[in-house]
Amino acid sequence: MLLSMQGISKAFAGVPALKTASLDVEAAEVMALVGQNGAGKSTLIKILTGVYRRDEGSITFDGRDVDFSMPAMAQAAGIATIYQEINLAPQRSVAENIYLSREPKRFGMIDHGAMRRGAEAVLKTFNLTIDVDRPVAHFDAATRQMVAIARAVTQNARLVIMDEPTSSLDEREVAILFETIRTLKRSGVAVIFIGHRLDELYEICDRVTIMRDGQTVAKSPMADMPKMALVRHMLGKELAAFQAMAPEADAPMRPVRLELDKAGAGVRVRDVSLAVREGEISGLAGLLGSGRTETARLIFGADRMERGAIRMQGQDRSFREPADAIADGIGLVSEDRKIDGIVPDMSIRENMTLALLPKLKKAGIVDRARQDEIVTRYIRALGVKCASPDQPIKELSGGNQQKVLLARWLATDPRVLIVDEPTRGIDIGAKSEILKLLRNLADEGLSVLMISSELEELLAAADRVTVLSDGMSVATLPRKDLSETALLAAMAHQEAHQEE
Amino acid sequence: MQTILRLFLVKNAGDLARLGVILALAGLILFGALRYDNFLSPYNILSFLRYNSMFALIALGMAFVIMTGGIDLSVGGTAAMASVVAALLSPYHWAAGLVCGMAAGLAVGALNGFIITRMRIQPFIATLATMLAAYGTGLLLADNQSVSVSYDSGFTVIGQDDFLGFPIPAWIALAAYVLGWLVLEKLPIGRHILAIGDGEATAGLMGLKVERALAGVYLASGTLAGLAGVTLASQFGAGQPTEGVGWELFAIASVVVGGTLLSGGSGSIGATLAGALLLAMVFNILNFENGLGWISLSAYWQSVIRGSFLLVVVVLQAKLMARHRST
Ligand SMILES: Nc1ncnc2c1ncn2[C@@H]1O[C@H](COP(=O)(O)OP(=O)(O)OP(=O)(O)O)[C@@H](O)[C@H]1O
Ligand SMILES: [Mg+2]
Repeated sequence: MLLSMQGISKAFAGVPALKTASLDVEAAEVMALVGQNGAGKSTLIKILTGVYRRDEGSITFDGRDVDFSMPAMAQAAGIATIYQEINLAPQRSVAENIYLSREPKRFGMIDHGAMRRGAEAVLKTFNLTIDVDRPVAHFDAATRQMVAIARAVTQNARLVIMDEPTSSLDEREVAILFETIRTLKRSGVAVIFIGHRLDELYEICDRVTIMRDGQTVAKSPMADMPKMALVRHMLGKELAAFQAMAPEADAPMRPVRLELDKAGAGVRVRDVSLAVREGEISGLAGLLGSGRTETARLIFGADRMERGAIRMQGQDRSFREPADAIADGIGLVSEDRKIDGIVPDMSIRENMTLALLPKLKKAGIVDRARQDEIVTRYIRALGVKCASPDQPIKELSGGNQQKVLLARWLATDPRVLIVDEPTRGIDIGAKSEILKLLRNLADEGLSVLMISSELEELLAAADRVTVLSDGMSVATLPRKDLSETALLAAMAHQEAHQEE
Repeated sequence: MQTILRLFLVKNAGDLARLGVILALAGLILFGALRYDNFLSPYNILSFLRYNSMFALIALGMAFVIMTGGIDLSVGGTAAMASVVAALLSPYHWAAGLVCGMAAGLAVGALNGFIITRMRIQPFIATLATMLAAYGTGLLLADNQSVSVSYDSGFTVIGQDDFLGFPIPAWIALAAYVLGWLVLEKLPIGRHILAIGDGEATAGLMGLKVERALAGVYLASGTLAGLAGVTLASQFGAGQPTEGVGWELFAIASVVVGGTLLSGGSGSIGATLAGALLLAMVFNILNFENGLGWISLSAYWQSVIRGSFLLVVVVLQAKLMARHRST
């Protein structure tokens, strides 16, 4: 046994987060650690690596009792960790981030050349050729995640912990990551893999440990644990059917609310046309780098449009900055929720109503009663697991923080809501809740533009899907033509060529 | 524009600010040289360097502190106290004055480090308290008056003599800056300091020893302030418990003009030096302007002008950086 954690308990300010949880990992195995948002997965990991101190329990690593009091000690003992909130120093270069705390040295001084070459070499094995001298902050979420992974796997650790490593990666990158994990395994390294996407877990993991409400409720070889059983253990009940809220196939066509006509800016968005109708969920699909997020930023006024037109209810608009778009009733929930958007020290209440404050004022001061009503409603609707609305948001689990941010925009009561990967990092129980909520809002008249990399999500929720490829809209599939094959084909841009 | 910038090794917004301060410094020197007869005379250059070396020393320590996202308000009080300690001990041996003056600074730095990392007090508050304590201690030790140094032990050599044609304080400051540059650019700890300024919690999760690094920068800042105090005593022949007021602001201004963000996580040693020289140069030029005899600017007006100049430089930098970022 490489790692054994037994009877681990931990309470934050009297509220228990872990109750006699346990986790065992053998050398050269990949252990899945699963559970709903707030089940205690990240906390268990942070206790192992010395970020938090445990209240009770024992940990043995490599045959010895250990009690790390800071991450540096766990790292020195051979445990490399990718934390859920990507932990890199944003202003430092990619190369420095990979080697920080174990810089290659020559005559006692940092060997910048060796560091650069080493960084380039590892990233190359990830099919990533980037300027490693540039600050990490210059890169998108996926690249940052890959850098964090590169940092962890080059530490020559005995155990590599990955807390939701795939949440900002596309399929190709996930494949690269899995190849890396297999290589680690072959050299005897153990991996703890935390994730919410079941397919991925079944693909890469050997065993699974399931947590619920701070306790370990099941352990089993992955092969002996059917999906349904796994979900039941996780939720403590059966999963509500995912297909239930799929819209009717032949709903009547409603008026177009937002329209993008041959829009373009820079090289990432070349020629995108799409329409979002009143009261419908319009999907936006495409591979990573196809320009989905950039298109959203364009609509939202975060980037300036260079070509084409944008129309709201048939009228030409030009948004110079997000404030203009917001004034027109457009909201954007960005994909980088891990990094952007949250104000860590503020309470859930404040974070949730930040964008709403101007509307909540009565005679100049915040109408507390209405604020409470909204906050309570969304905490319930999205199942945010928290001690109270006044808890600082930084104390929530990663998935619950995301729910709060989603609620922030939902609560502004927009006419058009753009959601970029709305269910990323959210457990399967809450995932269908969120999709259901979007559907309900659409039924009440909201127009939703949903960007998603998960085809089943688009299939389940969208009324139509526009597919982007290489910065161009190559197809728009109405509900009746939607299927996984049709989407995949369009994403690979085959249909478009055939049509031409 | 981009290619021109590349030529100057400008890779990011911080570099641009650094380029800006160097250009501003060059501009001021050119202005002074053209306008005043003796501006580039050896006498002016040498006394400029001699006098301003102490400020350069504290600016260096401050640069490291600010790179971690902290602040050290105690440097002025520390320098004043160290000058008294050095003066009191100078009769025994010149080295006693030097070492004990620095040790006094180190002690304040260690106290700052302890309060900030162990008792988890905000740097602003912690160093505000130690600033008051240091002034008080200096005044107590000096019995509320300036303490004359010994001229027999050779202590005054440190501040008043030259070596290879340059003032010894300038050599000391130069050595400190070279060392500082090495630490920041070439040693792992320098990179760790920047990473800590980027985000303390994150740096901890990456396995950096945050507390040790933080204690280190306050220790260094205190010691450099002690060294500045020694220089002060040696140069003016007396330990001066009431000097040092406002030095911390001068140091902070130098660091900021040098393109280091107060929020931490970036910074350059060379640009800090340029920033310190730039601010000192404005003073020097104002003195010359008074010397021309056409106008007579009181010390108050000089402060106003210096403040305005600082504002102009910082605003220009911010504009340049914003432009650079958006391209
Ligand atoms: N620093 C903290 N202070 C207070 N409560 C905390 C803190 N960290 C975590 N918690 C609480 O502990 C519980 C477990 O959180 P944890 O982050 O371990 O969940 P998780 O299983 O990782 O969830 P997710 O899938 O959303 O990442 C949550 O209820 C959370 O609010
Ligand atoms: Mg988590």
